[in-house]
Amino acid sequence: MIDKVREHLSQNEPLLFERSSPGKRAYQLPALEVPAVDPAEALGAENVRPEIEGFPEVSEVEAIRHFTRLSTWNYAIDHGMYPLGSCTMKYNPRINELVARTEALAWAHPYQPEALAQGCMEVMARLEAALAEITGMDAVTLQPAAGAHGELTGILLIRALLQQRGNPRRKILIPDSAHGTNPATAAIAGYAVENIKSSESGVLDVAALEQLVTEDVAALMVTNPNTLGVFEENIIHAAEILHAKGAMLYMDGANMNALVGIARPGDFGVDVMHLNLHKTFSTPHGGGGPGAGPVAVKAALEPFLPAPRLKRSGKRWTYDYKRKHSIGRVKAFYGNFGVLVRALAYILAHGGPGLRNATVDAVLNAVYIRKKLEPYYDLPYPAPNMHEVVFSDERQARHGVRTGDLAKRLIDYGFHPYTVSFPLIVHGALMIEPTETEGKMEIDQFIDAMISIAHEAETDPHIIKTAPHGTRTSRVDEVAAARRPVLRWKPA
Amino acid sequence: MRYLPKSDSERRAMLEACGVAEADELFAHLPEAVRLRRPLALDPGISEYEIVQYFRDRAAENANGYASFLGAGVYRHYRPVLVDTVVARGEFLTSYTPYQAEISQGTLTAIFEFQTMLCQLTGMDVANASMYDGSTAVPEAAMMAVRATGKGRVLIARSVHPEYREVLHTYARHQGMPVTEFGFVPEAGTIDLEDLDRKLDGLTAAVIIQSPNFFGIVDQVKAAAELAHSKGALLIVVFTEAVSLGIVEPPVDADIVAGELQSFAISPSYGGPYAGILAVKEKLIRQMPGRLVGQSTDTHGNRAFCLTLATREQHIRREKATSNICTNQALIALMATVFMTVYGKEGLRELAVQNLSKAHYLAGKLAPRFCGKFFNELVARVDDPDAANKALLKKKIIGGLPLGRFYPELSDSMLLCATEMTTRAEMDALAEVLA
Repeated sequence: MIDKVREHLSQNEPLLFERSSPGKRAYQLPALEVPAVDPAEALGAENVRPEIEGFPEVSEVEAIRHFTRLSTWNYAIDHGMYPLGSCTMKYNPRINELVARTEALAWAHPYQPEALAQGCMEVMARLEAALAEITGMDAVTLQPAAGAHGELTGILLIRALLQQRGNPRRKILIPDSAHGTNPATAAIAGYAVENIKSSESGVLDVAALEQLVTEDVAALMVTNPNTLGVFEENIIHAAEILHAKGAMLYMDGANMNALVGIARPGDFGVDVMHLNLHKTFSTPHGGGGPGAGPVAVKAALEPFLPAPRLKRSGKRWTYDYKRKHSIGRVKAFYGNFGVLVRALAYILAHGGPGLRNATVDAVLNAVYIRKKLEPYYDLPYPAPNMHEVVFSDERQARHGVRTGDLAKRLIDYGFHPYTVSFPLIVHGALMIEPTETEGKMEIDQFIDAMISIAHEAETDPHIIKTAPHGTRTSRVDEVAAARRPVLRWKPA
Repeated sequence: MRYLPKSDSERRAMLEACGVAEADELFAHLPEAVRLRRPLALDPGISEYEIVQYFRDRAAENANGYASFLGAGVYRHYRPVLVDTVVARGEFLTSYTPYQAEISQGTLTAIFEFQTMLCQLTGMDVANASMYDGSTAVPEAAMMAVRATGKGRVLIARSVHPEYREVLHTYARHQGMPVTEFGFVPEAGTIDLEDLDRKLDGLTAAVIIQSPNFFGIVDQVKAAAELAHSKGALLIVVFTEAVSLGIVEPPVDADIVAGELQSFAISPSYGGPYAGILAVKEKLIRQMPGRLVGQSTDTHGNRAFCLTLATREQHIRREKATSNICTNQALIALMATVFMTVYGKEGLRELAVQNLSKAHYLAGKLAPRFCGKFFNELVARVDDPDAANKALLKKKIIGGLPLGRFYPELSDSMLLCATEMTTRAEMDALAEVLA
C-alpha cells in the first residue's frame, strides 16, 4: 500500500553540549596584525565576562556531522509534497539562493552611500513595480519582515488615513475563518476585533456585513480566496458597503497563489494588502523564516507608507526620508533585502505569462485532489475551490479517528501532513494546498495515500491513532512539554 | 516552465478528470468583474543564466572592492564556510515551521541548541526561537514589559540605535504606550543616569538601554537596573553587536535582553534578513512573544523536542496573543547556531579580543569623541564628516557613519567600526585622510 517510502537508517546524535570537550576547535583566526589589547584594561575588569559557561567546543568534522545528522530528521519540500494549507509550500528554486549570495549584493551595507548602492535600489524598485502590477495596486512598501508584520503595517496605514480624515475609529471586522494573525494584528494596532460569522456557504455574509459596518468600523480584514480556498464572490459588493461608510478593505494576501495573473485585488476594491513572499513568490520557509511581507496600497494611502521611500532622481535612485504623513519605520533599514532578491529572481524566471500558468496549475492540482477525494472525505462547503481544498474528518471520526490522527498517518505514507484543524469554521478540518510545483505522479501518490488511510479508518483505526510508525521519533508528549517547560539544556 | 512539473498530456488528463475542457474553466466561478482579461505587464520568463547575469549587473552598480568602516548595527564579520554548507541543505532550507514534531526533529533540536546558547551568552534563563530582527525585538520587549508590570510608560536611551527607536515609536503610538527618551553624558557617551532618574516614575513599565550602545560604548547596565527596579520598572538591554558577548560581561541585571544576531555569520545583505532575539528571566516566560522549543519525550521514551507554550501565540489566542508574530527567522537563527558552534567557547572570546584590539588600534590614530570604554566601534571627531567620506571614497574606502543625521549635536563626528576583517593597512589609510 505504501509505495512512496520505505525504511532507512538514521544516525543518532547528542546535543552539541553533550558532544563538547575542552580545547576542541572548529575555527582558526588569522594572526592579529595589531597589538593585542588586554580586555581588562580596555573595558575595565568589571566589564569583562568570565568564560561562557557550557558553550560548545567541538571540531569542524563533528560540527558538520552534527548538523547533517540533524538535517536528516526533517521532512522538506525537497523530499516531496508538503500539502500544508495556507502555507503555500512550493519548490524553492536554487538559483534564488545563488543570486542572493552575489557578493556585492550580499555584502552591501545598508548605510553605504546611495551612489554605491544603486544595484540594490534598482532591485527593490523593480520588485515594487512588479508587485504593484501583480496586485493592481498603486504603491508598494518592501519594509515589513513577514506577513503578520505586513498586516500591522497595513492596519497602521488605515489608522493614519482615517485619523487624517478626523477619526481613526474603533473596530476591525474579521471573518471567523481568518488566520489568527489578523485579530492579533488588529489588537496591536489598537483596534477592537469584531468577528463576522461566515455564511452557510462559507463566504463573507454580505447581509451581516451591511449590519455591522458603521462609522465605528475602520476596516474589514479579509483573506481572498478565503481559508476554505473559496473566492469571495461578493468582494466588490463588500468593498462598496465599506467604502460607503468610509471604512477600508484590507486583504490578507496569504492566498495570492490562487490569483496571480487571474484577478487583481486592486481591481476588486481592496485598499491595502500584504503579500507573503515566502509563500506566493517561492522564497524558502527555512523551518519557520525568514519571510518578507510587502504591503501594497491604493494611492490614497501612499503618503502614509513607512519611510524611507525609493525615489527616482534623474538617472539615480535615492531615498526620500522627508515624508511628514508617514506612519514611521516598522523595521530598521529597508526590508529583508535578501528575501526580496529571491522573490524578484522568481518573478524574472516565470515572467508575466509564466506566473499565470503557475496559478492555473496550483488551482488544477487542488481541484483534482478534491475530485478524487470527495468520495472518501466529507466536504463541508461544496462551493468551487481554488488553490486549496478543506475536508472535514466527519466520516472518519465515526471510527474514533480525528484529523490530527489522519495527518500523523500520512507521515507513514511519505508525506508531510496537511494543515490540521484550521480554519476554525470547519470542525476537524483537513486543509490541503498542493501548490503548482507538484507533478501528477506525486499528487496521485498523495491521493492513493489518503484513500488508503480512509479505508484504514474503517478497518484498522488503531494503526492511525498510534501513527506515525515509520519515523525515528514517535508522537511527542506536547502536554508534558508545556506543563514543565524545559527550554534550554543544562548539565546533568 | 522548469518549475512546473507537468507535461501537456498530464495536464490534459488532470483537467479531464476534473470534468473541465480547458484550464480557464477552473476560474469560471469568479465574477467577470474581478477577472484580469489581459496578460500581466511583465517581461516573459528568462533562463537561469540570464537571471545570474541580471543580478551580477545589479551588483556591479554597487560598491565593489571598497574597504568599509561602517558598523552602526550591521557588522562585517567573516562567515565560516560551514554556515552556508549547513543552511543550503534542503532539509533545513525547504522545511516549514516544525509543528509536526515527528518529522521536524532536526529543526527543533537546532532551535533548542540556539535557545540554550543564547541563554549562555546573555545570562538570561530563557531565549525564544528568534524575532524578525533587533529593531522589532525592541517594541516586542516593551510590550512584554507593559503586560508584565501593568504599567504603560517606556523610557528609552538616546544611545539606543536610532532606527530601533523609530520602530518603537511606530509601534507605541497607537497602544497608549508613551515613549520618552533620555540622554547620554556628553563626555563619556554612556547613559545619563541623572536624566533617567528624573524621568523615571512609578508609571514606567520599562527602561531600555543598549550595550555596547550605538556609540560602541559598554554602558551602565547595573546602575540602570538598580534605578529601574527601584521604581518597579523592568530593564531591557538591547545589543546590536553580538560578538561583544564573547568578552563583555553579559547583561545579567536585565529582565529582558533584546538583540540582533547579524554579527553571527549573517551577511549584511543591505539590511536583512537578520535574526532578532528575546531572552528573559524565568518569571517572564509566559509573557514571551514568538516560538519556543521545549524538551519532552516520545511514546518510546526517547528525548524529543516540540514547539511549546503555544497558548501565548496568535494561532491559538488570536486577539489576546502576546504578539501577532508568526513567521520568524528560523534559517537565519540556524546560521547563528552554526557560527556559535564553529567558534565555540574559546573562539568567540578570541574573535571578540581581535575586534577589541583592532578598534583600539584605530582609536589610537583618531580623535575619539567619548571617554567611555568601547568594544569595536567608536565615535571620532571629524570636522566635516561628509567631506572626509568623499575624500575616502577616492581611495576606495567607505568611511564612518556621519552622526549629524541622527544626533545634531554630533554633526562633527562619525561612527567607525573595526572588526577582525579590517586590516591594519586599511586603518592606516583611513587615518591618513582623517588626520
